Amino acid sequence: MKKVLSIVLAAVMLLTLFCACAKTEAPAAEEPAAETPAETPAEEPAAEEPAAEEPAEEPAAELSGTVSTNGSTSMEKIIGALAEQFMADNSGVTVTYDPTGSGTGIEAVSAESCDIGLSSRALKDTETGLTGTIVALDGIAIIVNAENPVKDLTVEQIAAIFTGEITNWSELGGEDLEIACIGREAGSGTRDGFESITGTADACVLSQELTSTGAVIEAVKNSPNAIGYASLASAAGQDGINILTVGGVECTESTVQDGTYEIQRPFVLVTKDGVALSEAAQAFFDFATSADAADLIRAAGAVPVA
Amino acid sequence: MKQNETRKRLRRAMHWICERGMHLLFLLCGIVSVAFVLFISVYLIISGIPAIREIGLVPFLFGTTWAPTAKTVEPSYGILPFLLTSVYGTAGACLLGVPIGILTAVFLAKVAPPKAAAVIRSAVQLLAGIPSVVYGLVGMIVLVPAIQRTFHLASGACLLAAIVVLTIMILPSIINVSETALRAVPREYEEGSLALGATEIETYFRVSLHAASSGVATSVVLGAGRAIGEAMAIIMVSGNVPNLPSLFGSVRFLTTAIASEMSYASVGSLQRQALFSIGLVLFLFILLINAFLNLVVKRRTN
Repeated sequence: MKKVLSIVLAAVMLLTLFCACAKTEAPAAEEPAAETPAETPAEEPAAEEPAAEEPAEEPAAELSGTVSTNGSTSMEKIIGALAEQFMADNSGVTVTYDPTGSGTGIEAVSAESCDIGLSSRALKDTETGLTGTIVALDGIAIIVNAENPVKDLTVEQIAAIFTGEITNWSELGGEDLEIACIGREAGSGTRDGFESITGTADACVLSQELTSTGAVIEAVKNSPNAIGYASLASAAGQDGINILTVGGVECTESTVQDGTYEIQRPFVLVTKDGVALSEAAQAFFDFATSADAADLIRAAGAVPVA
Repeated sequence: MKQNETRKRLRRAMHWICERGMHLLFLLCGIVSVAFVLFISVYLIISGIPAIREIGLVPFLFGTTWAPTAKTVEPSYGILPFLLTSVYGTAGACLLGVPIGILTAVFLAKVAPPKAAAVIRSAVQLLAGIPSVVYGLVGMIVLVPAIQRTFHLASGACLLAAIVVLTIMILPSIINVSETALRAVPREYEEGSLALGATEIETYFRVSLHAASSGVATSVVLGAGRAIGEAMAIIMVSGNVPNLPSLFGSVRFLTTAIASEMSYASVGSLQRQALFSIGLVLFLFILLINAFLNLVVKRRTN
């Protein structure tokens, strides 16, 4: 009797599971173009080509196709917000996002394996044949524990701390505590941004190398010795940490926008010269750089330029 | 009459097909796991060899600097810090975990009153069911600040924190397997020892543990295997900087080296290939440890 009951129960659970699956799958099945961002980006442009031709025959306003973006993990929030709004406005378009890192994103767009590359740093001189369009700015906040009396540092002091020249908070007017520098792992866009602005590339002496912005904030929250860096969007409004002023300038949206806050980096949409964007991709590009997107970008925690 | 005959034959044929079919199914199930092991081994070797070839085996294994994305200086790919950290971390966890685990197992199997044993046993089983990321989280929020305060460090994320977390994580496997082995010791052995005038404690340690030594050794192998393969829990408490290991220094393990950089290493780069090579080294490392411990266990039991 018990056996029968348990089998019946298991069957019911399985059925409900399948029902739930079917429900979520249904909209995906209607749009064969909908692909998870985990899919190899190399396939996407191919899938989108015939879709891009369709609207040419019918000059209807309805856009369709796939816009593949690939690159900086720091831009996840922004691209997520922009893509969500764009897809809500244009139901036929799917925007995919591959969080692979700025370097990979630039590589991918120059290899034409995605429509728009995402980079959280300006293009280098060696990266030719590409055009970068700044879509937003990101302030990198320098954070310390809330108990730390130090409120202001200059960029030089920050560089000296992270390269191990200054090792005690007492040298900066704080308590007699050893400084613990908390950074990000190699390849992180935030680390790249921080190190290139402060001129500490490959010279940082870290006591912790964490793999996410959240982990850095958590570690700083837990240690009065700690100093770390995180994007302004993530650090703002967090309890238990203090955002330092840099050279007397507070890290806020307006100071990042007018350039007075020094530790900031651009979020760049990268396109390949001489390769026309598909209609859908062009529309997304125009939308992202338009004034309409400013509020979305602000809500995602970055500073709009438009 | 004839009809009956054909029916019988048909039934026999059906039986035969069923039997063969089930045999095939079992064979397939057996082959699947072997196939996975083979596939993973071959894949690891194929994807791990190129980077080692490019970097060179000696600079790769014995280089002390890991800086794959260095821009101002030549990138270097030495994994000695990770190797040593993994060895020290596993050894430290075994050093702490094995005595505690074995003593707990003796207590549960022999000494404890049944009710207390039941409570402790279910607690241990619960410990085994906790996901490793939870160990890491608790370690990060409780253990790391505690170590920092106790030893007056700049940062509590260090090898010691990782060892403590690993110790707790390997306890369940050591306790469970050792206890089963201890329970399997024939009652006559212990009774004989007691009859000869040995005290209970003497009996447990000299007779029961000795008789159960192969099971206990297996538990240690399992524990060591779990410790060396763990990544999620220790990535959160070890600081994750590629330094040569020191008890209070921030360190990075073989496993966490792969986990922390894989998401950002660009496809086809030497950095990514080197991460696969680390995977290969880790794989061989675990095989080696298992082989070595198995050898020791076999010799012991012989």
